[in-house]
Amino acid sequence: MAELVKVKINGQEFEAEKGKLLIEAARENGIEIPAFCYKEGYSLQAACRMCLVEVEGTPKLQVGCTLPVDVNRDGTPMVVHTESDTVKAARKSTLELLLTNHPLDCPVCDKGGECELQDMVFRYGAGESRYTERKVHTPEKQWSPVVFFDAPRCILCYRCVRACNEGMGVGALGIGNRGVVAEIIPNKHDHLECDECGACIDICPVGALTSGIYRYQTRPWEMNHVGTICTHCSDGCKTTLGVRDGEIMRGNNRDSSGINGEFLCVKGRYGFDFVNHPDRLQTPLLRNAAGGFDEISWAQALDLVSKKFTEVKSKNGKFGVIGSNHTTNEENYFLQKFARQGLGTKNIDHHRTGDLATLFDALSGKTDALASMQDVYTAKAVLVVGSDLAQQHPLLSFQARANYRHHAAHIYAVTTGEVREDKQAVASVRVQKGGELAGVESLRDKLKAEANLVIVFGDTVQGDALRKLVAFGDSLGIPVKYVGLVDYSNSRGAYDMDLLPRDGGLSREQMLAAADLDVLWVVGANPLKSAALASKNACVVVQDMFLTETAKAATLVLPAASAYEKNGTVTNVTGEVQKLKQAIKVMGTKTDLEIMGSIAKEMGLNLGIWLPEKMLEEIRSTVHGYNVALPVLSSGAAVATQPLNGKVAALPGTIGSAGDTLFTSGTLGRYSKTLNSVMEAPGSLYGGKDH
Amino acid sequence: MLQSYPEGKKRSAVVPMLIYAQDETGAVTAELIEEVAKRCEVTPLQVDEVVGYYSMLHRKPQGKFHVQVCTNISCMLVGGTELYDQACKKLGLGHKQTAADGVFSLEEVECMGACSWAPMVAINYDYHHNVTPEQFDALIEGLKRAQ
Ligand code: SF4
Ligand code: SF4
Ligand code: SF4
Ligand code: FES
Repeated sequence: MAELVKVKINGQEFEAEKGKLLIEAARENGIEIPAFCYKEGYSLQAACRMCLVEVEGTPKLQVGCTLPVDVNRDGTPMVVHTESDTVKAARKSTLELLLTNHPLDCPVCDKGGECELQDMVFRYGAGESRYTERKVHTPEKQWSPVVFFDAPRCILCYRCVRACNEGMGVGALGIGNRGVVAEIIPNKHDHLECDECGACIDICPVGALTSGIYRYQTRPWEMNHVGTICTHCSDGCKTTLGVRDGEIMRGNNRDSSGINGEFLCVKGRYGFDFVNHPDRLQTPLLRNAAGGFDEISWAQALDLVSKKFTEVKSKNGKFGVIGSNHTTNEENYFLQKFARQGLGTKNIDHHRTGDLATLFDALSGKTDALASMQDVYTAKAVLVVGSDLAQQHPLLSFQARANYRHHAAHIYAVTTGEVREDKQAVASVRVQKGGELAGVESLRDKLKAEANLVIVFGDTVQGDALRKLVAFGDSLGIPVKYVGLVDYSNSRGAYDMDLLPRDGGLSREQMLAAADLDVLWVVGANPLKSAALASKNACVVVQDMFLTETAKAATLVLPAASAYEKNGTVTNVTGEVQKLKQAIKVMGTKTDLEIMGSIAKEMGLNLGIWLPEKMLEEIRSTVHGYNVALPVLSSGAAVATQPLNGKVAALPGTIGSAGDTLFTSGTLGRYSKTLNSVMEAPGSLYGGKDH
Repeated sequence: MLQSYPEGKKRSAVVPMLIYAQDETGAVTAELIEEVAKRCEVTPLQVDEVVGYYSMLHRKPQGKFHVQVCTNISCMLVGGTELYDQACKKLGLGHKQTAADGVFSLEEVECMGACSWAPMVAINYDYHHNVTPEQFDALIEGLKRAQ
């Protein structure tokens, strides 16, 4: 802990760490020093002069965002005034200057109502301008399908430049020219080639950078803001959906309260538009004699499914159940309960995208061996093995980068090709696929010298190799934590809720290959995308949002709700449980939980009340490590689970990532217009084929 | 050149490298930006920022004689603006224009650090002090003959 010194701000005396920036010290004590260019977590810019304060003993106003707190030379505390008349007059002049070339088009600007410049002008005045010169105007520019730039509104605070450079590690924005004609420029002269994450738009204090899908659509106060969890990758970012009249208008991280702080990738910010894709299923479909589909009512559909299930169950027929890695924990739990207790089958599985079984087995008996999202930000060293994080796990990549920037963490990468982590890495080792362990071994001496380590590894490290990796970690003699990478928003939950072919059940592949299935029930998955179904006479029941390859082969298709249309919980890649909050409702669909519950009811099964809250109760009392604190969860925070639970028996079936990139997301990505419009970057190094 | 800079500070070489390269090639082209970026281990965008910032770096080729007239305050007070107007007329060029034959180009510049001898004109790297309109014309005529 740094030395504490006294500092007097606006007549009140506080203690602050010596060397802390005045703006931070003031903020910690509830005093706001207005700022545009200062943004915590980024390098200092001191470009806007909005944070000027009066410091007794210095003749001129001081820049609060770069002024370190210290005692005066005679040992007396620094005396600061942040709201004196001089300071207010200075702020007013600063604003007047910032508005010199500003178009004052708040009534049509996207930012109107949540604009920092607007707020400041309201607070400190500068309602009139003494400048009579003609304003410099430049027309708006489109830099990508999702990023637009209106130079006249820009106050040149450099926030976007720093967010892209430092936060994202992309460096796609810069400043061109100087003086009154200075403006933000994109890396490819007239367009951007970048992650399209929209961080620059989010961080822009004014309406200079705007989002292609949101601009001029609505005003901030016309929307409800629903904080939920992104449904794409497994990192589990919180995204706040702006909803107006039952339509999602935008995604952002309005209050930065999630595990992702201010971060969102392109999918979390824009990838919600699959919900109203014209191909979205909104009515149950029944295969007809001609091989096509007939639309039927929900009542008919539920009746048909329950009769079929009951019939097959009563004659001891063979069921196969394939669950999803993006449905909720409650749904997954209910599904396995339905399969095991309701249908009496052990044939239950999901697309396993990482070898959690071996990881948990290898770590059994240990505590604190699984890293949290925060650990990736605070660990002294982070080793990335066999994954292109920036492509496949954007938040983990961001966390590691932030750790490097803020704590000078040592980053190591063992990958098959160049990755973004190379830029920060102490050492990058290139290996052939399968040669990861040798690569890791070559770093032994360096890693041994670290105080602690987080190892993040992809699907290429599985089975034996994974056991060896854990043995390697053990042999270092330092605290090591692991992140076993998995795809999709709830892969971890699907595993934890036991959508697994335990005790002799058939794996996903075995089910598809079996010739004698009577029923194949697929909930939110697309196994037939890359495999054929051997049982030609099986009744295939599919719950999905779209007519996927699997749904096309179905006997009966039930239109399901997406994650943005339901309540429940999901578990991210680092085992943290977070709450989904329903933002919209799509006509004709039901949540998977409701569909399954209704089938159970029709069948006369008693599997408990199919409300998310009730199922969560049951999960908390029966699933090991899931006794999560409800108040914390309800407050929108993430709660860690403790799944390590002794020996885990080996499971049949194969494991492999779907190899999605920054711009793809399985079925959901295929139906997102925005994601398809921005897809430009080369694919990930670790592209899988299955999904 | 890079060896003159301490380890890890290659980006400091961006400005001198651009200047020397411009002297050789006549203008800062896109290829040149790429090359400087590679050598100094920065992104082309970061080099582009520098090129946009410094008025001495030009994206288009200048004339053989690049005439720069200062109109900042010290020069302005003693006839810099008039001198610039005179230059426009004499050369038939405007700000940042190059003559079709490539001999002369003109630029209205900011302070070049020679205020004590205002008004001043710089032709390529040569400074001319206390320039009167007559001297300016003579200067240009001299150059025309010389080339
Ligand atoms: S969208 Fe993201 S990657 Fe692209 S310029 Fe903005 S911050 Fe940079
Ligand atoms: S575009 Fe926005 S964030 Fe970027 S410098 Fe301008 S005002 Fe700041
Ligand atoms: S990193 Fe993953 S969870 Fe976060 S916004 Fe992107 S896709 Fe969604
Ligand atoms: S916040 Fe201090 S200068 Fe911008």
